[in-house]
Amino acid sequence: MNVVQILRTSWAAIATHRLRSALTVIGIFIGIAAVSLTIGLGQGAQRMISDEITSLGSNLLIVTPGSSTSSAGVRGGMGSATTLTIDDATALATPSVAPDIAGVAPVMTSSQSLTTSSTNWTSTAYGTTASWLTVRSRTVQAGRFFTDADVTDCATSIVLGPTTAEELYGQANMAVGQSLTMGTAQYTVIGVLASVGSSTMGDEDDIVVMPYSTMSQRILGGVNRVSTIYLAATSQNTLSAAYQEATSALLARHGVSASSADFSITSLQSVLDVASSITGTLTTALAALAGISLVVGGIGVMNIMLVSVTERIREIGLRKALGATPGVIRLQFLIEAATLAVIGGILGIGLGYLAGWAITQAISVTVTISWSACLLALGVSALVGIVAGVYPASRAARLAPIDALRSE
Amino acid sequence: MSSPDVALTAPMSSTPVVDMRAIWKTYGMGRKDSAVRVDALRGVSLTVEQGEYTAIIGPSGSGKSTLMHIIGCLDTPTSGTYLIDGEDASDLTEQDLADIRNIRIGFVFQQFNLLSSLNAWRNVELPLAYAGVPASKRRARAMEALEVVGLTDRASHKPGELSGGQQQRVAVARALVNNPSLILADEPTGNLDSVSTADMLTLFGTLNAEGRTIILITHDPDVAASARRVVQVRDGCITADHVVGAAGGRSYVTLGSDGSTDAQVRPDGAMSEVAR
Repeated sequence: MNVVQILRTSWAAIATHRLRSALTVIGIFIGIAAVSLTIGLGQGAQRMISDEITSLGSNLLIVTPGSSTSSAGVRGGMGSATTLTIDDATALATPSVAPDIAGVAPVMTSSQSLTTSSTNWTSTAYGTTASWLTVRSRTVQAGRFFTDADVTDCATSIVLGPTTAEELYGQANMAVGQSLTMGTAQYTVIGVLASVGSSTMGDEDDIVVMPYSTMSQRILGGVNRVSTIYLAATSQNTLSAAYQEATSALLARHGVSASSADFSITSLQSVLDVASSITGTLTTALAALAGISLVVGGIGVMNIMLVSVTERIREIGLRKALGATPGVIRLQFLIEAATLAVIGGILGIGLGYLAGWAITQAISVTVTISWSACLLALGVSALVGIVAGVYPASRAARLAPIDALRSE
Repeated sequence: MSSPDVALTAPMSSTPVVDMRAIWKTYGMGRKDSAVRVDALRGVSLTVEQGEYTAIIGPSGSGKSTLMHIIGCLDTPTSGTYLIDGEDASDLTEQDLADIRNIRIGFVFQQFNLLSSLNAWRNVELPLAYAGVPASKRRARAMEALEVVGLTDRASHKPGELSGGQQQRVAVARALVNNPSLILADEPTGNLDSVSTADMLTLFGTLNAEGRTIILITHDPDVAASARRVVQVRDGCITADHVVGAAGGRSYVTLGSDGSTDAQVRPDGAMSEVAR
């Protein structure tokens, strides 16, 4: 008796009781759909996070003023302290100090009201250096970004985010060459940034970027404190070296020890790792919950297989009289259970895909059901079927042929 | 047979097909209370030679069903030795018994026991499938067996589309298909009308004439009369063993008497040494 023959026999048995088989399959179907959808959601979330981090620059380090705990045990509010200066940024940009840092972009921030002849808009203004564009992995869609010369000259050239440009001028490419009023001064729009969408760091499309020198002089009144310094390592591999160099350089400049550091450096990689581990844990927990429905489905399969064994007791006896060994009978019922479960599994993956697609369309969460997840789901459903089939199958295999033949 | 085939000719050997020596079968052995023990067979000895056509007859409760189960390797004796076709079947595993049932014995049951979801030739090929015959050869052999019982034209019909007599013929074809040493028929005419019964007994007669060994279990003396030898079972013992003369006359042999019977059996199960 080869496997093909046994498969055909099992299939015939399943096809004989269509409704019953279909109801049994539904249990597994719902379980697998739930599991694959949760895993898909988790994987989608993980991919979204990693995509975002990659778009921000995976070799990015972020220096912020303040630290978790000061030497006196007083907690410094992160970001509210103003211990970082433009000079710190200049020092970090020196290759002899930090050879593994490729770009430095200090950023001053201020919320500003923008006024054109026809409209006005409130946006966040960044005062920074020319290297901001590369450090933050941004591009310009129209016009140009400002240069080092613009910074030196305290030029009144500004670059708008795409949202800002649209709000003020209707269309992004209409903005270039226009002038607007910010605070008390007039500025010329020289470029518009390409869109990156919003991220964990705020709406990166509704911004005004200008030379820090100009911002310091005209808006902040000569202050050269910065709220953030973005550092780009030369590559992802030198990220930790760059982290070390920046830390020791800033500690030396500020004359403090590591335990009383007045700044903190975060790498996006570490943010990514934390986020990944959180979504990973959540996904596992949810998948485990969904897995319970799979267990219920498995019990359904076992129940129906036991019914099937009882019902087909004469058939089993006959097959044994004709020479079927206990092993063949066991295999037949195992394959039958596994077939039921795998059908449920395949349909469940289909439903998972469909629901994932619908969710992706409905809300801005991507559901990624990978091939590996599909294979896993199939494997799990086959396993559920086999585990559920073991007991009924061995009952069938153990039946004495005379008892089986005798029963009416 | 219109198409003689090696696979369907009866096996030739001088070993008895059935050789039972002092077979006891006791039910309720697992119980502590010996009162519930039932001796279904009490020291039965029986030899069936190659090419014999034997009927085992007895009322219900006589032990003939138990005897049939042991002959058919559907059950094992509590004590005693049973050689089927020379092979000791009294102490075998379920797996080995399955192989013996598959290769050495062809069963015909009262309720036909065809699988309703399979058509005639698919039913007939089942023992071949369990014997591991490749699928490519199974159909041809199933068709040959159906030809023997005269049902070639019904090969693709399902059991539900066949009459009782035809269904039983399919079952006989299934019993023949693996070319067993023994065809064991348990009340094969019990569910058939008189015409079909006559047909079936004619078929058995033909098969026996071709050299096949047949044991027919029945409670009906008329059916038993078609056999060439009749073994009577009562209360777990063989009480009579008579041979219907080959010339058409009947000779009746009571136990203990001397004569030219195929086998001599005493209630204690010992075989008498008789030249045949």
